[in-house]
Amino acid sequence: MANQVIHTAINGQEHTHEVEPRMLLVHYIRDVVGLTGTHVGCETSLCGACTIMVDGQAVKSCTMLAVQADGAEIMTIEGLAQNGELHPIQEGFWECHGLQCGFCTPGMIIAAHQLLQRNPNPSEDEIRHGLDGNLCRCTGYQHIVDAVQYAAEKMQGSRERKEV
Amino acid sequence: MIPGSFEYFAPTSLNEALDLLKTHGDDAKVLAGGHSLIPTMKLRLAEPAVIIDITRIGDLRGVSEPDGKLVIGALTTHYELESSALVQQKVPILSQTAAAIGDVQVRNKGTIGGSLVHADPAADWPATILALDADLKVAGPDGERVIKATDFFQELYTTALEPEEILTEIHVSIPAANTKGVYLKQYQAASGFALTGVAVLLTRSGDTCQKVAVGVNGVADVAYRATGVESELAGKTLSAENIAAAAEKAADGVDAMEDIHASPAYRANLAKVYAQRAIAQLAS
Repeated sequence: MANQVIHTAINGQEHTHEVEPRMLLVHYIRDVVGLTGTHVGCETSLCGACTIMVDGQAVKSCTMLAVQADGAEIMTIEGLAQNGELHPIQEGFWECHGLQCGFCTPGMIIAAHQLLQRNPNPSEDEIRHGLDGNLCRCTGYQHIVDAVQYAAEKMQGSRERKEV
Repeated sequence: MIPGSFEYFAPTSLNEALDLLKTHGDDAKVLAGGHSLIPTMKLRLAEPAVIIDITRIGDLRGVSEPDGKLVIGALTTHYELESSALVQQKVPILSQTAAAIGDVQVRNKGTIGGSLVHADPAADWPATILALDADLKVAGPDGERVIKATDFFQELYTTALEPEEILTEIHVSIPAANTKGVYLKQYQAASGFALTGVAVLLTRSGDTCQKVAVGVNGVADVAYRATGVESELAGKTLSAENIAAAAEKAADGVDAMEDIHASPAYRANLAKVYAQRAIAQLAS
């Protein structure tokens, strides 16, 4: 089957590659572009470990073909920190122990990013609902909720980073 | 889990897409949000030789309000319907149904049209689209036609859409002020699909039910209108007893599904319970 040339901008950097139409976007990002922060978890659209931003929307990149992303602006977990400074959501996960094994963390953080874009001051229920598409098998979610609340406060300027 | 090989086309106009569909016939599948088709292809339950990605056809996306109705492009995502101020104001049951689907990532990508033509018995849209008496506009090699929602869902994963046709728009009349709607569902705990979902549109005049429309999905292999409930309650006072008696008919004449999640008797009971809850909520 004929390969397709796709152009993407990933974390602000442009990429052009020839791919097989059946290549999943998550495999393109990990194996072709070499950004392995995005994880492959369940591969059945349930766990959310592969969540990335495509044109401003959080999507599960195991349920999208790379060819569908032709022309898209993509952000992966590697694109969140700026100039060596953790993004407030990353900082929240650090401060509040929002991870143990870390496998779900990249997808969890991107889903939290989408949530806070749409709802900068979410309640605990809204955080749990907004992260409904992401599974964590370690933390029991409470520390993740704490981390998102930390980030929400920090992003609204009502919290200073603790010294560590 | 990688799909089988296929040839990929991304047409930018509806006519181009229809030509491709005519050329490739049964070998082709139409790709919209991909949140049913791609998982099916990864499991190799579907191995189409040709994929026609219609998401680059811009005219098929978005919601407008001409002549007292909402026109919803088939490629409008669940999230767009959930968050649209126009939809929330004019036909709130549509936003509410969209919000009950999957999770944020699924709603960002999945489309109303894709869900309707896939006709998964546990999908959420069919009940609401049936209760709203929506019209589904489709385009094919011989032009356009309109299929009524009540004629659209035929069998498991089977609709009245012909193989060479594409669903383009969903037309929904904006309900009058005395008509209110609600969609309630029992979530399957792991997947979030509807074990049972009931959509109710209740038109009342004071305490009397003028008309009620009830759509049900998740119970049978095809979504249906619970006409027994509708005729039982029409013209009656919206008392707890009358609502309960009508809701008892929510699975009448229906062959309820059995799978690892629920027995037919449990599903039929859920239909009655959710019909009762939905009508009672609207009547209160």
